[in-house]
Amino acid sequence: MTEVLSYDIIIVGSGIAGLRAAIEAARVSKEECSIAVITKVQAMRSHSVSAEGGTAAVLYPEKGDSVESHIFDTIKGSDYLADQDAVEFFAKAMPSEIYLLEHWGMPWSRTEDGRIAQRNFGGYSFPRATFAADRVGFFEMQTLYDTTRKFDNIHFFQEWYVTSLIIDHGVFRGVTAIDLKSGDLSAFSGKAGIVATGGAGRLYRFATYGYSSTPDGLSLAYRAGAPIEDMEFVQFHPTGLIPSGVLITEGARGDGAVLINSKGERFMKKYAPEKMDLASRDVVSRAMITEIQEARGLKDPVSGMEHLLLDLRHLGAEKIKERLSAIREIAIKFKGIDPIDDPLPVRPVCHYTMGGIKTNVRAETPIVGLWSAGEAACVSINGANRLGANSTAECLVFGAQAGAGAAARAHGQLTANIEQEAIGKEAKRLFDGIFHGSGSENPYEIHNTVQMIMDRYAYVYRSGEGLEAGLKELRELRSRAYRHVDDQAKEYNTNFVNVLELDAMFDMAEIVLAGGLARNESRGAHSRVDFPKRDDPNWLKHTLAYWAPQGPRFEYAPVTITKYTPAERHY
Amino acid sequence: MARTETRENTVTLKVFRQNPRRHAQPHFQTLQIPSEPGMTVLSALLYAKERLDHTIAIRYSCRMASCGSCGMKINGLPKLACYTQISELGEGPIIVEPLGHYPLVRDLVTDFQGFFDKHRSIRPYIMRRDSSEQETSETEYNQSPRELEDYLQFSYCIKCGLCNAACPTVASDPNFIGPQALGQAYRYVSDSRDEGAHDRVSALDSAHGIWRCHFAGACSFVCPKGVDPALAIQRLRKLVVREPKRPGALLLIRDAQRA
Repeated sequence: MTEVLSYDIIIVGSGIAGLRAAIEAARVSKEECSIAVITKVQAMRSHSVSAEGGTAAVLYPEKGDSVESHIFDTIKGSDYLADQDAVEFFAKAMPSEIYLLEHWGMPWSRTEDGRIAQRNFGGYSFPRATFAADRVGFFEMQTLYDTTRKFDNIHFFQEWYVTSLIIDHGVFRGVTAIDLKSGDLSAFSGKAGIVATGGAGRLYRFATYGYSSTPDGLSLAYRAGAPIEDMEFVQFHPTGLIPSGVLITEGARGDGAVLINSKGERFMKKYAPEKMDLASRDVVSRAMITEIQEARGLKDPVSGMEHLLLDLRHLGAEKIKERLSAIREIAIKFKGIDPIDDPLPVRPVCHYTMGGIKTNVRAETPIVGLWSAGEAACVSINGANRLGANSTAECLVFGAQAGAGAAARAHGQLTANIEQEAIGKEAKRLFDGIFHGSGSENPYEIHNTVQMIMDRYAYVYRSGEGLEAGLKELRELRSRAYRHVDDQAKEYNTNFVNVLELDAMFDMAEIVLAGGLARNESRGAHSRVDFPKRDDPNWLKHTLAYWAPQGPRFEYAPVTITKYTPAERHY
Repeated sequence: MARTETRENTVTLKVFRQNPRRHAQPHFQTLQIPSEPGMTVLSALLYAKERLDHTIAIRYSCRMASCGSCGMKINGLPKLACYTQISELGEGPIIVEPLGHYPLVRDLVTDFQGFFDKHRSIRPYIMRRDSSEQETSETEYNQSPRELEDYLQFSYCIKCGLCNAACPTVASDPNFIGPQALGQAYRYVSDSRDEGAHDRVSALDSAHGIWRCHFAGACSFVCPKGVDPALAIQRLRKLVVREPKRPGALLLIRDAQRA
């Protein structure tokens, strides 16, 4: 008999969204409901810690900012694919999230008069990126994790890998998970579940993400029948430090840094005369790739990678040390360059997946009893292109929504019984099918090849021909015998986990490529050289991918428009 | 042993291997890795895991010294593998071992449950006398840049646990709260928004608390984020010693200092 642990709420993922959900569930239930946070890493290790520049919120209407403006900037940034009701809800909810975090200990940077400071960020008409130096995500994680330590009813299951969601007649009942330390499979029964496992960025090799950011949670929900929305929209952040891809925050440009090409020109003036370096990320990344393609890039002698330069020198040593100390540390350590003295070599880097598990404004998925929040979810406030500083913000608002909704459902519901038969079937799949599986291919080489396919065919510019080729290569790769585990020890077997992650990567890579191939237009971060224009009559709609045995089945759903009529974007 | 005994542009790793639950004997595995400019110990280990031996157990994630996963002993010193360049280690093989003072899970992976429990024991969160007001969200508590500066350095802790691995007192007293948790106690006590100092006194002012520290300073030496837990412990002592044993002492002293 497999052990079944019982909790009111099961949260998968311990990043900003997962922790915010846990705290909200604990708060609104007056600490009465039992909450399990299951995370494949240790708490505090999730990739939210690497968010750098800011969290967007309207704090100073008296100085000219407005919620209306945050809403409009976000919708414009999304290339009008965002659901406008969701954006309205989000922007209105944000200020109180900033203050709550502050009350819980967040070390927000301050103005001279002791109030919370904000900086400029790409695509905004007011400097509303709330910041704590350039370690915003790290400090938010610290504040939230430390705050969970107040509550006795939040239980962490650290380094447990969730292998399936248990769904019974369209209702969430629990999960199965492997305890990495022992290698044993357990089941968790729960009245409500929340998937907050982050994005799919490690589908790409050149990525700002940590190694743990594989799309496990997305694949769990997909296989449980939830639609995955708008996955073809992948954000490439303009300033990934080469060769590692470590992020150099947009806050650097927000604070005045500029991009230059090999001729020393501020090339952004050609592409976005008004906003220049602070146009939205899709616009800046396309401009950079165009500069490189037209031979105005530079080549890194060590890695051979082509790049442009991010120049911070004119900001001066004092400002760099005070406001951008972490990226200075990173540049010195990972590239041997001090941005006080020399410009940094950067190029567009995979940074965010706009798509995710379809949810509504209350963070509910179409599966009853299942919520999703943060990068794993697609509400959608980000549409075809997310604005910087809206991601950590989204984790807070919709993490709280999910936590509150899950707590409300847990109240009064009876705990579901999980059939041993269902657990036995999962154990057979995992251990007989994969752990004791056989095969000749090195799963790590397969993993790296998936990433190379994505880097090559689904980067900043895409073509129908390329996406088709990528899909063909991906499917061929998936047919190879990689589902086997060399490491036959039970204890702390990351080899086993890595093979399971690879299945999730295949699921999501296929949706990105196939969804991108189907979308015959250019919108936001999805830029098709063979369809260079946005096509509202045919494509102002969301892509929904449903799992099917032969590959994703696509449906489309309308975009919610309230009062912002789609228009052409200019920056 | 010089690195020149191997091919040019390769680095020799000697990796500690043991699965204690299988009662296996510990041993060092020698691995030759082709090195490249900018390579870190983590990237060398991942090269080994991906191409030479899938069974090496390592904990890692962000590869940018933010998440605190990949603490290990590198040539005898606690370090983050992702933040240690091969080139800074000089000649000879690189010896990689699990962090000391933590129970071993397997190979380079240690058990952090006790570490997280100690962190929790010092109540690492803002405490206010009016806790319901703390849950409101209309405006911020005012905090000047100077007040922020008072605790900011101590809030850089990424919970990587290197400090506890380096601490000689942790080695001799497993119940010592340790530099990580004590450093975080000071982070919260010195935050102008916190009013919970007197609630923390009993945990800190104890035989296994601040007085146990011998001020070796190893914690501050190995901290990859410049937190300086040794300084934090000294400051906690200063706060407690001025008004010993009186409930609320820390709070009163701090308020007096500010006035």
